[in-house]
Amino acid sequence: MVQVDAKILENREIGPQRYKMALSAPQIARQAKPGQFIHVRVSKSFPPLLRRPFSVHRAQGQKIEILYKVVGKGTEILSRKKGGEYLDILGPLGKGYQLPSATPKISDIILVAGGTGVASLLFLAESISVANPELSILVLIGAKNRKELLCEGDFRRLGCRVEVATENGTKGYKGLASDLLQKCLPLSGDKPKSTVFACGPSGMLKMIGKISRKHRFPCQVSLEERLACGVGACLGCVVKTKGSTYTYKRVCKDGPVFDAGELIWE
Amino acid sequence: MMRKAKEKPPNLAIELAGISLKNPVMVASGTFGYGEEYAQLVDLNRLGAIVAKTITLKPRLGNEPPRMVETASGVLNSIGLQNIGIDAFINEKLPFFREYDVPLIVSIAGETTDEYVQLAKTLQGEKITGLELNLSCPNIKYDRKLMFAQNPQATHQVVSRVRKAISLPLMVKLSPNVTDIASIAKMCEEAGADGVSLINTFSGMAIDVESRKPILRQITGGLSGPAIKPIALRMVYEVHKAVKIPIIGIGGIMTAGDALEFIIAGAKAVAIGTGNFVDPLTPIKVIDGIREYMVKNKIKDIKSIVGSLKCPKS
Repeated sequence: MVQVDAKILENREIGPQRYKMALSAPQIARQAKPGQFIHVRVSKSFPPLLRRPFSVHRAQGQKIEILYKVVGKGTEILSRKKGGEYLDILGPLGKGYQLPSATPKISDIILVAGGTGVASLLFLAESISVANPELSILVLIGAKNRKELLCEGDFRRLGCRVEVATENGTKGYKGLASDLLQKCLPLSGDKPKSTVFACGPSGMLKMIGKISRKHRFPCQVSLEERLACGVGACLGCVVKTKGSTYTYKRVCKDGPVFDAGELIWE
Repeated sequence: MMRKAKEKPPNLAIELAGISLKNPVMVASGTFGYGEEYAQLVDLNRLGAIVAKTITLKPRLGNEPPRMVETASGVLNSIGLQNIGIDAFINEKLPFFREYDVPLIVSIAGETTDEYVQLAKTLQGEKITGLELNLSCPNIKYDRKLMFAQNPQATHQVVSRVRKAISLPLMVKLSPNVTDIASIAKMCEEAGADGVSLINTFSGMAIDVESRKPILRQITGGLSGPAIKPIALRMVYEVHKAVKIPIIGIGGIMTAGDALEFIIAGAKAVAIGTGNFVDPLTPIKVIDGIREYMVKNKIKDIKSIVGSLKCPKS
C-alpha cells in the first residue's frame, strides 16, 4: 500500500457517462491483485470531502486503469480530469479475489458482471488466463441496454466465452445477469464444478449468493460500499457476516471480495 | 554573501497534562484505528500523540450499517463503538506500539461509572502514556437519554472517581451537544482532569428523499469534518476562558491554518480526525505547516501563541 501522486495518462469516455482512466503508478501496478482497489482524492478542495474507491481494472507495467460510471459529484469531477493532471491515490487496498488453483476438478470459471462490475473481473480474467490458461472462462455481462454494455470485446480477446444479458433485450438474453447465470448452470454439468466470481449491484450479488447456496458452488462476490478511510481504521463500511451469532467485517480491509457463503444478506 | 548565523529551529514541543509531546499535533480517537492501519503510510514517530480508538470492557459488535455518509464538507457516522474489548486490546494491539516512540493515549468508554473505573484501573499497569475518557459517544447513554458529558453531575462523578483510582494523565473528551460546554469543562477541572479534548461529533442526520428513509440505520449520527470547525473553534475559545487545564482542540482540522486557529483560540494541542480519512498525511502536513508559520512569523516557541487571540476592546 502506497500513497502517490499519479499522473493521468488518459481519461476517455467509453460509453454513456462511462469512463476509463489510465494512471501512471508503477508501485501500485506491481502490487495490485484482481479485486483490489485504489482510493482516489478527486479534488484538493471540498466538497467532495472523502476519497472515492475504484477497483483496479487493469495493471500493466507502470500503468493502472480504472473504469467508472458518473454517479455523483465525485465521479463527475473525475470525469473532467485531463491527461497530464495528477491525482492523489492510495493503493492497492483491500483483499481481492482468491484465484482458483489449477486442479482438473475445476472445469469452468464463471464471471458474472453487472454494469461497471466488469472493471475488476476483466483484471481477474487476465490474471487467470496468464496463470492458468487451461481453465476455461465463461463471462456473463449484464447491463440495462446495449449501449451500456462494457468490455465484451476485451473478454473475447482473452479467449473467454461471453454471454450478454440486457434488461431491455437490446442485446443477448433479455433479463438480468443473475437469471442468465441460472440458465447457464446446467451446462456445466450436475456437479458443482464451476467457481463463480461476481461483481455488480448489491441486488444482483444477493441473487447470485442465493443461487450459489442452492446449487452449492463456490462463489466470491466483490461488494461495493461507500468508504471513508479505505484502510480499515474507521469501521464505517462494514457488512454483516456469519460468526457465532454474527459479526461485522470491513468491506475496505477484510473485503471487498467475500465468499458469498460468509455474508448475511439482509 | 555572508550567511546569517543559523537561527534555532522553532520549538514545537509541548507538555500536556504531564506528557511530553514532540509537537502539538495528535490524531483523534476513532479516526486512526490502533495505529497499525496507518503505519505503512504515516511515520507514526512524527506524531505528537496517538489517541487510540475507544475501547470498552467487553467487545462490542457496533451498530447495523449503513454507518457512514458524507454530507456537505462533513461526515456523519454511527459506528457504535465497535471494538475488541479491553483484554484483546491489551494482548493484541498494545504490543504494536512498543516499536514506536510516540505517546499513546487510550480512549475508554463505559456504560456506568464503575465500568470507567474498572477500565482505568486495568490500564494503569500497562505501558501507555495517558487516558482519555470518552464521555461523549452518542451511542452510550448515561441514563438512557443523555451522554455522560451532557450531565454535569455524571461528568463530575466519573472524572473524580477515575482520578482517584489512577495516576495516569487523564483527559476528558467532551460533547458539543450541550448548552454550555464551558461549565462541563469546569466540572472536569474540579474533578481532577488533567486536560479536556473538545469536541466530539455533533448529533445530525441525513435523509434520502426518494425513499424518505434516513440514510444511517441508526437514523442519527455524529457529524465531523470541516463543516463543524467554526463551532468547535468557538467552543475552544469559550472553554479556554473558563478553565486552566490544557485543551486539545478537535473539529474539522484539515490544514496548519486550521490547527493554528485552534491554538490561538486557546488549545495547547490539536487532534486530526476526519482529516486522516481524506489524506493520511494530514497530521504531518499540519506539523510542517505550523513550523513554517513559526519561522515566517519569528515565533520561537509554540507555547507562546496558545490562547494569544487578540480581541478588539469592547
